[in-house]
Amino acid sequence: MVQSPTEKPAILAEAARLRALFEAAGAQPVEAPILQPADLLLDLYGEDIRARAFTTSDPLHGEQMLRPDFTVPVVQMHMAGGADPARYTYSGEVFRRQEDDPERAREYIQVGFEVFDGANPARADAEVFAVIARALADVPLRAAVGDIGILIAAINALSTSARRKAALLRHLWRPNRFRALLDRFGAAEPTARRAKLLALDDPFEGAGPEIGLRSRAEVEARLAILRDDANAPPIPAVQVELLDDLMALRAPAPAALSRLQDVAVDMPAIVPAVDLFEARLAALSDQGVDLRSLEFEGSYGRTTMEYYDGFVFGFYAEGRHDLPPVASGGRYDALTRVLGQGRAIPAVGGVIRPDLVLMLGAGT
Amino acid sequence: MTFKLGVPSKGRLMEKTFDWFADHGITLARVGSEREYSGVVSGIEGVELVLLSAGEVPRELAAGHIHMGVTGTDLVREKLPLWASQVKELAPMGFGQADLVIAVPDHWVDVETLDDLDAAAAAFRARHGFRMRIATKYHRLIRTYLRLHGVADYQLVDSQGATEGTVRQETAEAVADITSTGETLRANHLRMLADGPVHQSQATLFQSLTAPCDDASIAAKEQIKARLGLRD
Repeated sequence: MVQSPTEKPAILAEAARLRALFEAAGAQPVEAPILQPADLLLDLYGEDIRARAFTTSDPLHGEQMLRPDFTVPVVQMHMAGGADPARYTYSGEVFRRQEDDPERAREYIQVGFEVFDGANPARADAEVFAVIARALADVPLRAAVGDIGILIAAINALSTSARRKAALLRHLWRPNRFRALLDRFGAAEPTARRAKLLALDDPFEGAGPEIGLRSRAEVEARLAILRDDANAPPIPAVQVELLDDLMALRAPAPAALSRLQDVAVDMPAIVPAVDLFEARLAALSDQGVDLRSLEFEGSYGRTTMEYYDGFVFGFYAEGRHDLPPVASGGRYDALTRVLGQGRAIPAVGGVIRPDLVLMLGAGT
Repeated sequence: MTFKLGVPSKGRLMEKTFDWFADHGITLARVGSEREYSGVVSGIEGVELVLLSAGEVPRELAAGHIHMGVTGTDLVREKLPLWASQVKELAPMGFGQADLVIAVPDHWVDVETLDDLDAAAAAFRARHGFRMRIATKYHRLIRTYLRLHGVADYQLVDSQGATEGTVRQETAEAVADITSTGETLRANHLRMLADGPVHQSQATLFQSLTAPCDDASIAAKEQIKARLGLRD
């Protein structure tokens, strides 16, 4: 997917067309610096961002990253004094390191549409999806949707300690660790290794001297937590099964709704999240979206690095598993909460890749 | 075209490499002064010996500047993200064994596994306001490993030497480094996690998959492989 010099003008023209559509949908055009301070991105995304973003050093401003997306600068700009409600659009290069696949683009254009409007979240979700779907109407694509909010509600509904719920929520976006935690919390007994440690009269006997910043008091505090946790009853198997069902659910949106409503009978705490899902489907239908064409995937959005915590969606080229999504997005209230140091602003948005639109459009 | 063989330029690694080739009837030798990095290969026509730091061998193989080279599998995996498409492992050489491990202070009795490390990192970040620091020079290998296992709330800090000392100096909370016997870790009151090593490395003869070749270099390669008892 290395572009030839003659392709770039066509991609820029397509980007301009998409941005004009977003402006016509009420969005204000905005720009963002290409160089972003690395410390904020590292704080948000952790060490993994280093595998995805190009880092460069600035003798005066410290480590900088070439923007891996526009979300963070747009949220910051909005929080620093945007109108409320607000709709934004942008168009420009983003930069991604590709450590595994030399065929994947290291720089490409994203055209985005972001809505900061807390009045009616279901309607804002549907608006973003529909505006993007209309912009892609001429390209044969498959749409997948998910709802991280339902998974969060289901985790909060588990009969277990607040600490275990927090641990599961922290790793919702890391499926391997999440699975390991869920298996551990669902087991009746701690592992033999753990039981042995906790049975010791003096766990520090024979251990080395206290070195480093993490103090003995911190180790003792965690041992106390482990003892407490060892006595916690396991998460009931029936609840683990329900959570597994939710994560494995794949069905066209209307069928998924009725399945979610069935699960909500056994797990009443997810009713508000399922109601929101239903309201979103109604709003999507109002926007003219054919609900039967939406494939609901219970785990959709769990492997991205974004802070999506509600509605998530992506548009894919049918039969082209080699391609990244042509468009993707979702609700990221959690990101605004982190960036706003507690002050959250409901936000939902999505991006389109004009290079892929052109490539797929040209083939039809 | 001259066939280029890259080997470590000094120390025990160089000596053992020379011995290993000698055992297979190929004599390698340095020429000139101690400070001059050039050498000769006797016994096979058309082979030039290139003396390099072991750390440079992966890059030179990937760039096709040398046809074969001796280095550790850890360095190849760290420095070449697409190593399997750029180089081919011809023969493990039976020395230079080292495990890349993650180690924590021994007094962290609550941290036995990656699972514990992750939980301790979360608590550490909440308490100290920054992510737990792991000192290493194997950034890519460690980051890939920790991402695969879903460990969060850590950061890697670069350490090109004396990594085991970083914990005592409080420039890192944990380390990820190579160890052959674990002696240096123990001397610094560090203990490796029970999950086992991130990677087990040893000195290995690699072939470049990108180096240009002609009849002469192919003939030289075939001769070397025949002496080593290797087939394609």
